[in-house]
Amino acid sequence: MTLAIFITLAVLSVITALLVVLSKNPVHSVLYLIVTFFIIAAQYIMLNAQFLAVVHLIVYAGAIMVLFLFVLMLLNLNEDTEPQKSSAWKISAAITSGMLFLTLIGALKGSTIALLGAPNPQVGLVRNLGAVLFKDFVVPFEIAGILFLAAMVGAVMVGKRDLAM
Amino acid sequence: MLEIVRTVPIEYYLLYSSILFCIGVFGVLTRRNAIIVLMCIELMLNAVNLLLAAFSTYMGDAQGQIMVFFIMVVAAAEAAVGLGILVMIYRNTKSTDISFLDKLRN
Repeated sequence: MTLAIFITLAVLSVITALLVVLSKNPVHSVLYLIVTFFIIAAQYIMLNAQFLAVVHLIVYAGAIMVLFLFVLMLLNLNEDTEPQKSSAWKISAAITSGMLFLTLIGALKGSTIALLGAPNPQVGLVRNLGAVLFKDFVVPFEIAGILFLAAMVGAVMVGKRDLAM
Repeated sequence: MLEIVRTVPIEYYLLYSSILFCIGVFGVLTRRNAIIVLMCIELMLNAVNLLLAAFSTYMGDAQGQIMVFFIMVVAAAEAAVGLGILVMIYRNTKSTDISFLDKLRN
């Protein structure tokens, strides 16, 4: 049953990811990507990474994709203004990514995966993650905060219409 | 013992994430709209995130999921700055076509 749910979700997300790449209209691409992110959140829930699933939904589906959709509609991009690459370029891109995929699969096929720890269903819960985040990863956490501040200031400065002194 | 750890082998997650990552690479190579290229980069980051979370659960180690948080932080910062730059480019060139932006090559 779990395997069936996993495979269904995986196939659905691969289809929507392909639709993101293949659909002509950029607004459709964004909407399909939101669906893909929802399916990936469902995969996180299946892995019992509940906090991760909620954060993923809030950050990606809630913030980043709204930003993408907003910019897309602000710039008024649609199917007519969408630039297209030549079909020769598309075929070579398909061959390149297919070869990358074959290389990855080939590398993974011969390897054996030795998991160093025992599976623990409690690992994705808020209590456990918070303890690890604020004990072992305090410094990276603070640096991430500084990165956010810098990104916010940078985005505001870049987006300003003119820097009138 | 989690149900999914017993029934779904970790190799399936490896295959699944590889497929998603390669779709992202395909999108970056095949699209010319810079916004779609950024979206495909998000897709690639998500493939990696999913694999990190899967290994974290299968190994019972929370550090993988912490790493996913930091990747999300970087992705959010990247999206904000990238879209800011993109709006600026659009204001100057009236286009989001990335092949328009090869002026630095010469």
